[in-house]
Amino acid sequence: MEMPSHADEERRLLVAEIRRFVERAVLPAAQQLEHEDRYPSELVEELRRLGLFAATIPESYGGLGLDLLTYVQLIEELARGWMSLAGIVNTHILVAALITQYGTEEQRQRFLPVMAEGRRRGALCLSEAEAGSDVQAIRMTAMRDGESYLLNGAKLWVTNGVHARILAVLARTDPQAQPSYRGMSLFLVEKETPGLHVGRTFAKLGYKGVDTAELVFEEVRVPAANLLGGVEGQGFKQAMSGLEIGRLNVAARAVGLARAAFEDAIRYAQQRRTFGQPIAEHQAIQLKLADMYTEIEAARLLLHEAARKKDAGGRCDLETGMAKLFATEMCQRVTLEALRIHGGFGYVKEFNVERYYRDAPFMLIGEGTSEIQRLIIARQLLQRYALDEQPS
Amino acid sequence: MKIFVCVKQIPDPNTVESKLDPATKRLVRTGVSLVLDPGDETTIAAAIKLRDSLGNSELTAISMGPASAQEALRRALAMGVDRAILISDSALAGSDVLGTARTLAAALKRENPDLIFCSTESTDGYTGMVPGAIAEFLGLPQLTFAREINVEGTKAVIKRVTQTGYEVVESPLPAVVTIASGSFEAIYPTMKGIMSARKKPFSQLSLSDLGLDPSQVGEAGAREQVLSIGKAEARAAGQIIKDEGNAAEIIADFLQRHQLL
Ligand SMILES: Cc1cc2nc3c(=O)[nH]c(=O)nc-3n(C[C@H](O)[C@H](O)[C@H](O)COP(=O)(O)OP(=O)(O)OC[C@H]3O[C@@H](n4cnc5c(N)ncnc54)[C@H](O)[C@@H]3O)c2cc1C
Repeated sequence: MEMPSHADEERRLLVAEIRRFVERAVLPAAQQLEHEDRYPSELVEELRRLGLFAATIPESYGGLGLDLLTYVQLIEELARGWMSLAGIVNTHILVAALITQYGTEEQRQRFLPVMAEGRRRGALCLSEAEAGSDVQAIRMTAMRDGESYLLNGAKLWVTNGVHARILAVLARTDPQAQPSYRGMSLFLVEKETPGLHVGRTFAKLGYKGVDTAELVFEEVRVPAANLLGGVEGQGFKQAMSGLEIGRLNVAARAVGLARAAFEDAIRYAQQRRTFGQPIAEHQAIQLKLADMYTEIEAARLLLHEAARKKDAGGRCDLETGMAKLFATEMCQRVTLEALRIHGGFGYVKEFNVERYYRDAPFMLIGEGTSEIQRLIIARQLLQRYALDEQPS
Repeated sequence: MKIFVCVKQIPDPNTVESKLDPATKRLVRTGVSLVLDPGDETTIAAAIKLRDSLGNSELTAISMGPASAQEALRRALAMGVDRAILISDSALAGSDVLGTARTLAAALKRENPDLIFCSTESTDGYTGMVPGAIAEFLGLPQLTFAREINVEGTKAVIKRVTQTGYEVVESPLPAVVTIASGSFEAIYPTMKGIMSARKKPFSQLSLSDLGLDPSQVGEAGAREQVLSIGKAEARAAGQIIKDEGNAAEIIADFLQRHQLL
């Protein structure tokens, strides 16, 4: 047998600690918080104390410097307790990763230690009312004015839009640029900046407790020093690369949520009796359980492979896209099967599966829909398998 | 001050159903998931609290056990303990209360401790005799069932839990103190704590390091013999009192009869 390395050993301990936290603090509270659609302030404070908001921030900037392979396992544990918690961590870690990878040294020093502390958390503002899958259709503008930029427009669907304090905002710095993505830049905007306010918030099918908001920018003056990386025109590429981490997060959430659904289902199947025996003895239920577990394992392996690839450096659209696509579609199927196994009890709010089933669909949409993931995957494949010469 | 806390790794009471081996009449500890005794976590929390309030003090966790027990000690380090000592030796297998206390006392003696914290009892064996035996081997006073502990000059002062409240008890230092379960708020390790645990001093000692003879400990030195094991009596069903205006009276009578009032 191979000896576990230090890193493996440490990863195991960290994941076990988050599992303990979930069992101690999240599982007993999740159902009520979700039904009340209440922001889980106490749990967020615990996440902060545990260090989740510092997870992947480099140690030299006050973070824990964890790799993504560890990060996705922590997220799986959180989502197994309550999917929404993983969403509160997601955009924060994503924005911190953007700053780590693309920020100037001054930006890293100014933002990362504060973010690692976990009180000023991050949000990602790409989508707008008229631009979701088609990010290039955004209208938000950022016009240079002396030593600053003036931002105008509105962002929609901002996860953590109410509670976050550091926003990464995609805007057009050159509205004439062709293709348009070349004229886009990312700005680090502090929530307190005058002219920036929260517009509407949304009541959702699931993914409750987490704020999803509209952010309105009216003549918001942002110092030029907050242009990510200090060079205009890089924003679109930076954002797309950041989304790879978002996709890992969502895939990890899907695995965690599906695991929770499976665990509830296999327990219930051994307790519930019909026709004189536990339903787990009926072959039709066994087939479901076998498929559910197999798919969860497969998704987790794809996820871990994608995380390893991203840890090794470079872009990995293909791997993170496949992990996100497979894991979220799997989660949709598994949560439905878990609901079916619970029969009528699966349809009522007393049981967690009802929540799992409502939480799953969001993941088919956020960080790029399944349709978009397939486009990304196919584009990569066609490049990889391109013919040397076009057939005549 | 040099503060010590004795800790133990046990089968996880939250996931493992305890089983007794009919042949050895001992608790089955192999092939099950092992954790730092949750009771010891409270004791560690008490010791950390005291260390932090005193300042300029060092807290060391000490355990006797197989090599796997280092995980329990790592968890203690992750919680905030400064240093750990594991006493591990194949000759220690099968130690009874006497052997365990003799071994721990020998290791503690080398360290000239000012205070030694123990849990009142472990969550697996529940004998509750090791702390007293350690105090005896070291010739130190023992303070028991502490729910609060302070150091005043050269004295340890505790609030000792009694059936009706508490009494204040003091003793000169050094002393052995046992902590009443659930009296201190738990401390949960942070991820940073877990990561820095690896960098903290950790030493492992064998019997020869302690100058103990294998015949004094383990199976060979055991004086305690488990003669038989049996099933605990099933708990009798509770009594449900329907309130017809006089429930309070009935309950008061019930408590009186059982001398709980
Ligand atoms: C709860 C929630 C939280 C969110 N959080 C954030 C956030 O924090 N930050 C942020 O920037 N955004 C966020 N979003 C926005 C999210 O990323 C978008 O909703 C998503 O990308 C889809 O965009 P859209 O809603 O505009 O749908 P559309 O782009 O209008 O898509 C509609 C349908 O058309 C399909 N489609 C679109 N284009 C194609 C194509 N080329 N080929 C085939 N099919 C296509 C889509 O797959 C979808 O089925 C969030 C959304 C939700 C619901």
